[in-house]
Amino acid sequence: MSGWLNRHIAGVWLAAVFAFLYAPLAFLVVFSFNSTRQDALFTGFSLRWYSALMEDRRIVDGFLLSLKVALTSATLATLLATLAAYALVRSGAFRGRSWMAAMLNAPLVMPEVIIGMSLLLLFVGFERLAGWPDRGALTIILGHTLLGMAYAAVVIESRLKELDLTLEEAAMDLGCRRESVFFLVMLPNMTQALAAAWLLTFTLSFDDVVISEFLSGPGVTTLPQVIFGYARRGINPSIYAAAALLMLVVTVAVAGFGWYTARQSAARAREQSLSTRDSPSVTVRG
Amino acid sequence: MSSRPESGPSVWGRLRPLVVALPFVWLLFFFALPFVILLRISITDMGEQLDPFASLLRTVNGQLGVFVQVQSFISLLRGSEGAWFDTLYLESYALSLRYAFLTTALCLLVGYPFAYFLARARPAYRALLLLMVMLPFWTSFLLRVYAWKGILADQGVVNQVLMALGLTEEPVPLLYNDFSMLIGMTYVYLPFMVLPLYANLVKADIRLIEAAQDLGASAWKTFWLVTVPLSRSGIVAGSILVFIPCVGEFVIPSLLGGADNIMIGRVVWDEMFSSNNWPRASALSISMIVLVIAPLAWFNQRVARKAAAEQAR
Repeated sequence: MSGWLNRHIAGVWLAAVFAFLYAPLAFLVVFSFNSTRQDALFTGFSLRWYSALMEDRRIVDGFLLSLKVALTSATLATLLATLAAYALVRSGAFRGRSWMAAMLNAPLVMPEVIIGMSLLLLFVGFERLAGWPDRGALTIILGHTLLGMAYAAVVIESRLKELDLTLEEAAMDLGCRRESVFFLVMLPNMTQALAAAWLLTFTLSFDDVVISEFLSGPGVTTLPQVIFGYARRGINPSIYAAAALLMLVVTVAVAGFGWYTARQSAARAREQSLSTRDSPSVTVRG
Repeated sequence: MSSRPESGPSVWGRLRPLVVALPFVWLLFFFALPFVILLRISITDMGEQLDPFASLLRTVNGQLGVFVQVQSFISLLRGSEGAWFDTLYLESYALSLRYAFLTTALCLLVGYPFAYFLARARPAYRALLLLMVMLPFWTSFLLRVYAWKGILADQGVVNQVLMALGLTEEPVPLLYNDFSMLIGMTYVYLPFMVLPLYANLVKADIRLIEAAQDLGASAWKTFWLVTVPLSRSGIVAGSILVFIPCVGEFVIPSLLGGADNIMIGRVVWDEMFSSNNWPRASALSISMIVLVIAPLAWFNQRVARKAAAEQAR
């Protein structure tokens, strides 16, 4: 027995931890199909919690709001993070560079409670001065953008650092202008990192409770806020159904993204092997 | 567009300052300014109107004066009956640090062997296994925590199994206590420990390990004397990545914790929305940043810089 364990300890440990990581997910999926409001006994297969989910106005409204907030803040955060990363990596020294780096990265280590609260103070103070903005979708979007920008910048910065400078120099030597180099050489080589950053910030926003709780106003609740409210009151299998649907979407998205990245890196590897054999080739589109 | 030779400032030349200025101003306004306000409110003397934005400058009896109070900070340390160091705030600080510390230890205990075996797995499987570690991370954090509520409840799966096996007559209290808090926090933050450890261990110089074994060290001894010391920077990075968010955790104690499992994030929330004492909530946040977050962030940066310098050598 101990001999067997010694030989298979790696497999056993990996399996046990994966079981720990996936048990709650399996639980959510299985009990979303339960026919009664039971947590331990599977009393029969039914889709009643899925139809309950579709009829719950608060959940549907929350979902639509979350979608709007996540789409907007992910796009804003990725744009701002691209500019910030470009400024930090490529713009050389400028005054306040280290301040910018610190401000950009700080939300990564700041507890969300503090981010949410200090932004709330800002918005309340501003509202008293200018009578605007009311707390609602806009303030949530701004809060999520601040948080997302920090994460997006990490992804984009690391890609910018490994981008081959000689590609851009070559393009400029061949008469390409700075702004064309940016759009024709840099951006095409960055699409993967930009997509990853956008997806990451979208998920962060779509999943956030704490910042939304601080920054939302009366009658404005995102999907995680609705779920958080239900969850604190007790068990509600509709939430399990929502979770199962979300998992389906995430699995498809991650698998799709994985397939896309694998294809891209295969294409890049092919290009590189060609370029070392023949003349140097540059990915310039347009 | 006609391609003119470069004459005068190009579009790029005019746009360049904007590339720096736009994110900079944005961060100043939405990150730096809120902290200035936080500091400012923590010393506000709210006065009779209980106004957190009350001006620091006030005229009393025709004399202009600056009104500042540090009571919010003192009240963190001194209870209402005047006893020092016996407050709910200090207690919740101590509890938060305790949970963060225990969670980090548990994550290391479970995550180190896990990352080690992952790094030693056949390369063909590695990418898939790594994807499997990250996949739960992409599904809602809130929902994964919520699932534990159903699993650990008195009528939940675990208790039903225990009772069916005859191991216990009555349901074991698993929810709303230290046990459920630590399960939930370890569950959520385990990938934060595993990923940096894996990145570190997969790069470990296999020749050093072989050399130790060639020189007669047992597998166990090699592990403790070669593998673990080599992965020190990964251990530090993973521990900090787990510890920092644990200290300020808000959702897990709200869903899986009981009345005794109060953490500092919850206390800030209550001061803000239940007691409406904004200066005290601000003082709590500031002391948390100064005492816990800033030192850890600084330490983390120092370790990262040292590791980078070592690698460059």
